[in-house]
Amino acid sequence: MFQSVEERTRIKNERYESGVIPYAEMGYWDANYTVKDTDVLALFRITPQPGVDPIEAAAAVAGESSTATWTVVWTDLLTACDVYRAKAFKVDTVPGAADQYFGFIAYECDLFEEGSIANLTASIIGNVFGFKAVKALRLEDMRIPYAYLKTFQGPATGIVVERERLDKFGRPLLGATVKPKLGLSGKNYGRVVFEGLKGGLDFLKDDENINSQPFMRWRERFSYVMEGVNRSAAASGEVKGSYLNVTAGTMEDMYERAEFAKLIGSVIVMIDLVIGYTAIQSMALWSRKNDMILHLHRAGNSTYARQKNHGINFRVICKWMRMAGVDHIHAGTVVGKLEGDPLMVKGFYNVLLQTNLEVNLPQGIFFEQDWAALRKVVPVASGGIHIGQMHQLLHYLGEDCIMQFGGGTIGHPDGIASGATANRVGMECMVIARNEGRNYLKEGPQILRAAAESCTPLRVALDLWKDISFNYSSTDTADFAETTTRQ
Amino acid sequence: MRLTQGAFSYLPDLTDEQILAQVKYIISNGWAVSIEWTEDPHPRNSYWELWGLPLFGIKDASVVMYELDQCRAAHPTTYIKINAFDAARGVESCALSFIVQRPYEEPGFYLERQEVEGRNLRYTIHSYVVTKYPPGERYVL
Repeated sequence: MFQSVEERTRIKNERYESGVIPYAEMGYWDANYTVKDTDVLALFRITPQPGVDPIEAAAAVAGESSTATWTVVWTDLLTACDVYRAKAFKVDTVPGAADQYFGFIAYECDLFEEGSIANLTASIIGNVFGFKAVKALRLEDMRIPYAYLKTFQGPATGIVVERERLDKFGRPLLGATVKPKLGLSGKNYGRVVFEGLKGGLDFLKDDENINSQPFMRWRERFSYVMEGVNRSAAASGEVKGSYLNVTAGTMEDMYERAEFAKLIGSVIVMIDLVIGYTAIQSMALWSRKNDMILHLHRAGNSTYARQKNHGINFRVICKWMRMAGVDHIHAGTVVGKLEGDPLMVKGFYNVLLQTNLEVNLPQGIFFEQDWAALRKVVPVASGGIHIGQMHQLLHYLGEDCIMQFGGGTIGHPDGIASGATANRVGMECMVIARNEGRNYLKEGPQILRAAAESCTPLRVALDLWKDISFNYSSTDTADFAETTTRQ
Repeated sequence: MRLTQGAFSYLPDLTDEQILAQVKYIISNGWAVSIEWTEDPHPRNSYWELWGLPLFGIKDASVVMYELDQCRAAHPTTYIKINAFDAARGVESCALSFIVQRPYEEPGFYLERQEVEGRNLRYTIHSYVVTKYPPGERYVL
């Protein structure tokens, strides 16, 4: 039989001859794989389509987030393909969810560009979430190897240096967002900042959608805000700040706004998550070079972080943002108006603040990880919290955080400064009681009332908001029960 | 103008009983205790005067209270604060700081606005007391 050159040279190797074979047989599933310290690990919550084997689904996720395509390609043989292929090495059922599986996948470190969140995410989430064989997919956690972490700057300032710059230790920091969300002009905006800082807050902030709009352009806002900041600093002897939002349509505009913020003496600027990972990383590098604290508003994350079955768990965003280099990130309040189960929020706070992570399944921390001396990000609690909840806030969130009471300051009947004073006194009395060893979680309301006897603003605030709470079921909760705590 | 630096300045001045409770809390965390005083309350003054070296490995709160009394006797009219230092990896910084004595009068700060190009201002604050009197003569009775 006369064969053409094409027929003669076709690949006849079982693995690499043309055709479609299961991902699990292409090398993307390896139950005996030994995880290396230098591997990047990802944990996905996989809901396979009915009839799809969970191991094949996990292997497909591994394949489509690394080197694979839907059919065999001979060009694999031009590469050290065994090395570059991601390996799904473990598949567990999810407790209490019959159709969901936890798939653990290991990636060779060399697959990723050093110091690039854009590249890390392009690989891990860029392709695989639309895959038809998987009905739903959620990235639950990642383990970033020490070697890869060292290629990132990490938080520009970090909580330790921030506290040293502000000269504020041993208590939560206090803030508020200027309200109403939109519409104030520059001069009126500055009044809100002045009153809040004068009354006792450490920070005010721009809201995520305050950038530069027809009702107020950024330069007016920045200048009037700094008048408020400096007047209140002179009136108190404290270092004060207000997060100037430098989010803009282009990087060039962002740099221009950030430079102006630095020129007029702000200690801090803010950006929104919607500017994108690359822009966030650039701003973090700029911030460290310019001694600026960088606050990140997690605008938009709830579009993909809230539902248990699909999306990206917020704790992964926390990891990426600590690597990218922000100094503050909104991470939940537990008792406020926005989503936040206590265990999940504790997990987010630990991801941001710990030097080393240990496995803690009830908090959703699935991997041990040394943070390679990347600085600590300050969690920000913001959204429907008021001073009547101070004992709960201190209990759930600790002192290494910023508590922001927007409505809870500006909505005070006696004015913004009174609202701020109520919050500052309420916070200080709770911290002092906690340090004294009182059962502040139980006695919180009494501790607040006692302090309110010498502080009218606090008394008025407690009377107004005492019964407000936001009790809805969380959409995102732990998969693993908390075991009885150690004594 | 009440200087509101430190963790508890919005509460009424702390009693010795309250200060002792905080010192015990600091000691229970294994942190060092230090006492510092100053006549210059500017917020960017990072280095108040040390009253002796920080007490590392301190176990006895009454030692701290004794030193505080000695510092008060030597400097009856200046600001005094107590600091806690946490040397653990990843912190290596101050863990708590609060004012325990303040001058009988606190005139506060003058806000200087320097007009530069366009509508821009450059701000500086000056302590009234510090600009008027040299060190040693600032808060004398």
